Amino acid sequence: MRSPPIPEMATQEVQLSETLAHLKTESDTLKGKLEEERAKLHDVELHQVAEKVEGLGQFVMKTRRTLKGHGNKVLCMDWCKDKRRIVSSSQDGKVIVWDAFTTNKEHAVTMPCTWVMACAYAPSGCAVACGGLDNKCSVYPLSLDKNENLAAKKKSVAMHTNYLSACSFTNSDMQILTSSGDGTCALWDVESGQLLQSFHGHAADVLCLDLAPSETGNTFVSGGCDKKANVWDMRSGQCIQSFETHESDINSVRYYPSGDAFASGSDDATCRLYDLRADREVAIYSKESIIFGVSSVDFSLSGRLLFGGYNDYTINVWDVLKGTRVSILFGHENRVSTLRVSPDGTAFCTGSWDHTLRTWA
Amino acid sequence: MQSFSSLLLSLRSGFDSGFIYSSGVVWYFCRSCLQSDQLLTSHSLTQKREKASVQRGRGKKESAPNLLCGRLIIIEDIVTQIQDETDGVPIRTVKSFMTKIPSVVTGADIVQWLMKNLCMEDPAEAMHIGSLIAAQGYFFPISDHVLALKDDGTFYRFQAPYFWPSNCWEPENTDYAIYLCKRTMQNKTRLELADYEAENLARLQRAFARKWEFIYMQAEAQVKKKDKTERKILDSQERAFWDVHRPVPGCVNTTEMDIRKCRLLFAVSTNSDSCHLLFQILFLNTQLDRHCMKMSKVADSLIMYTEQYMEYDPLVTALEPANPWASDDPSFWDLEASKEPSQPRVKKWGFSLEEALKDPAGQELFLKFLESEFSSENLRFWLAVQDLKRMPQQEVAQRAQDIWTEFLAEGAPSSINLDSHSYERTSQNLKDPGRYSYEDAQDHIYKLMKSDSYTRFLRSNVYQDLLMAKKKQGRRTSLEKFTRSVVSVPLLGLHSFKLRIK
Repeated sequence: MRSPPIPEMATQEVQLSETLAHLKTESDTLKGKLEEERAKLHDVELHQVAEKVEGLGQFVMKTRRTLKGHGNKVLCMDWCKDKRRIVSSSQDGKVIVWDAFTTNKEHAVTMPCTWVMACAYAPSGCAVACGGLDNKCSVYPLSLDKNENLAAKKKSVAMHTNYLSACSFTNSDMQILTSSGDGTCALWDVESGQLLQSFHGHAADVLCLDLAPSETGNTFVSGGCDKKANVWDMRSGQCIQSFETHESDINSVRYYPSGDAFASGSDDATCRLYDLRADREVAIYSKESIIFGVSSVDFSLSGRLLFGGYNDYTINVWDVLKGTRVSILFGHENRVSTLRVSPDGTAFCTGSWDHTLRTWA
Repeated sequence: MQSFSSLLLSLRSGFDSGFIYSSGVVWYFCRSCLQSDQLLTSHSLTQKREKASVQRGRGKKESAPNLLCGRLIIIEDIVTQIQDETDGVPIRTVKSFMTKIPSVVTGADIVQWLMKNLCMEDPAEAMHIGSLIAAQGYFFPISDHVLALKDDGTFYRFQAPYFWPSNCWEPENTDYAIYLCKRTMQNKTRLELADYEAENLARLQRAFARKWEFIYMQAEAQVKKKDKTERKILDSQERAFWDVHRPVPGCVNTTEMDIRKCRLLFAVSTNSDSCHLLFQILFLNTQLDRHCMKMSKVADSLIMYTEQYMEYDPLVTALEPANPWASDDPSFWDLEASKEPSQPRVKKWGFSLEEALKDPAGQELFLKFLESEFSSENLRFWLAVQDLKRMPQQEVAQRAQDIWTEFLAEGAPSSINLDSHSYERTSQNLKDPGRYSYEDAQDHIYKLMKSDSYTRFLRSNVYQDLLMAKKKQGRRTSLEKFTRSVVSVPLLGLHSFKLRIK
């Protein structure tokens, strides 16, 4: 405990805490006002309007491919734009590129660190990015020569002061967006490794990010351990919208295909839909029987289905409009840690702590 | 998971307690407990649980320092409720041959209770969740090392709160050695070591060869004489504890943690920082000025978008040809890659300009159309700016200049039409050229294309022909033209005005 303060310091401390109290009150008042304003526009619930929408039929979705080869927990995966190749990373430091259609492994890299929590495929299909406990994001060009040592051509791009939680190429191979346990996101120039923009505003680890799907858009959304989902302007580095309704860490965020909304998955066992135009949470996907956290979410091509990978080893499929669960998929033997729908929406792939990846359709 | 001593070191001054969150379980610790090396008593756990139950209920936000939420310790709530005397499962002593089996409940009873209280329709779900709760160490089968829930007469017992994961257990291999040693000292069939346990014991004997005497003594001391029933229960609970921390090979080790979550959560982060609060206030003020859309409009918009694209969604609508993943036939992809875009794909270009430009074939056709109208510079400018944003940083400035020369300078070869305001802004930006120098201009040109050229494109012959899947060699034959007019004749009297417009 601190020693007793000197009198002048005592006054200063009192002043400071009074100021803080005032600021806190003002902040809380504004929050209340904002909530009031938003509530005025909340004239109906999404699922109510969606009653007129035709219900979905019975779903038969099953594992179509199982990819075995990782020696430890699979932590992350990403699709190639060619709709069949994927890259995956795991706790044992391995990053593998697969042709998921044939289940052949095409490339493998061993990272110098364990817990490779993030990986991404470059839009050209010619490189992959990955990182994790090394606090960096590195880019590996993929060589056609299988014998070539990929690690030799590695390029270190991003540097954070804590673990790398997610990474994504923007519309080209030339820029990478990263999020980190250090509470920030950052945009990097791949060629020079230069930091182009940094994004501050989360009060704790940032766990996930997703780029807006628009061709003209310059925004992305991030989610963190502060239970907030923030929308950022890539040009200015400013946070332009913020959402805080989850009761725990947000593990995954993904844009709805039109870019007007995004979904989030959290340790509070719920998925939620936030609309950017209403500036509000507009749907919550949860059930009494779902008590384990959501690790990752993604939409089907039309946005009608939301797939959630959960820590109870299952995948729950939600009807986005009606708010109901359409299906529950079993198969993995440990937590589902990552889930992505393929670029043309024909399938989705999951990675799990059971060391495998599965493609479902 | 850090050891107790390192936890102690990392506690900040002024904090007497805190929470560690991992694996769906909240771990609570307090400074005084750690200093005296005491484990949490069930008393403090009850306190924590009561607090959590009060907080439960959506929308309730507990202010700092409590970062708990109802759902995080929902498992422990469930485990407490399930043992409740009135609302829980029937826990009883069962007579079996010459002995009594104390304090057990059947798997079927647990499954029933879970289905009822967690609103599950399918017993498979209840078995799955129940197995996960068992795997975390909250209840266990009395005759098996594998922690799974079966929907039958198999007997289960509940774990003592002393052994719950939330007590920050990190049992050492010496503890495990003592335990296995104890088991060998008791000549009871039910306590016989399983094969993997015998292997583990052998391994530990080699590893701890030097201090084996000490381990043996500890084991002897722990084999106390107690009441037979109490002994039975405690033995089984201790065994279940080790089944969690040293699982049967092949079973999931539920003590493994997500490394991102192995951190100490402290109540006061930057929330009290005055700087952060000021930012927060500024931000909230700008948000108040934001003009938002009504929920009913938002709902209509989301529904409209989804319904429009559902026929293209392979996971919702059956594909022609079949989904490659299901049929193992990549024809669907071959077709998409071919030079001839399918009719549905062409139809999609009509949804929005964005959609048309996203598809390389659509973009190509739109460009061709614009060329035929001698207005392709707009699209070419837009594409050039897109490219600019994708360049490596080093090349940006030069490329920005090149764009100015090509599209905006005096006497530019592909001069575009910008309003004076955007023009001024852009030329200012060019003083320090960057990848976003043309944002305003690009935006303006995009809006122009959308409202003007794009709508004409959709009505154009090039697009309509492709959309109607008319044959390429067909301008309509004179016979076709004739047939069309003949068909319309009977309606001439009523609809002649329509024909004229045509």
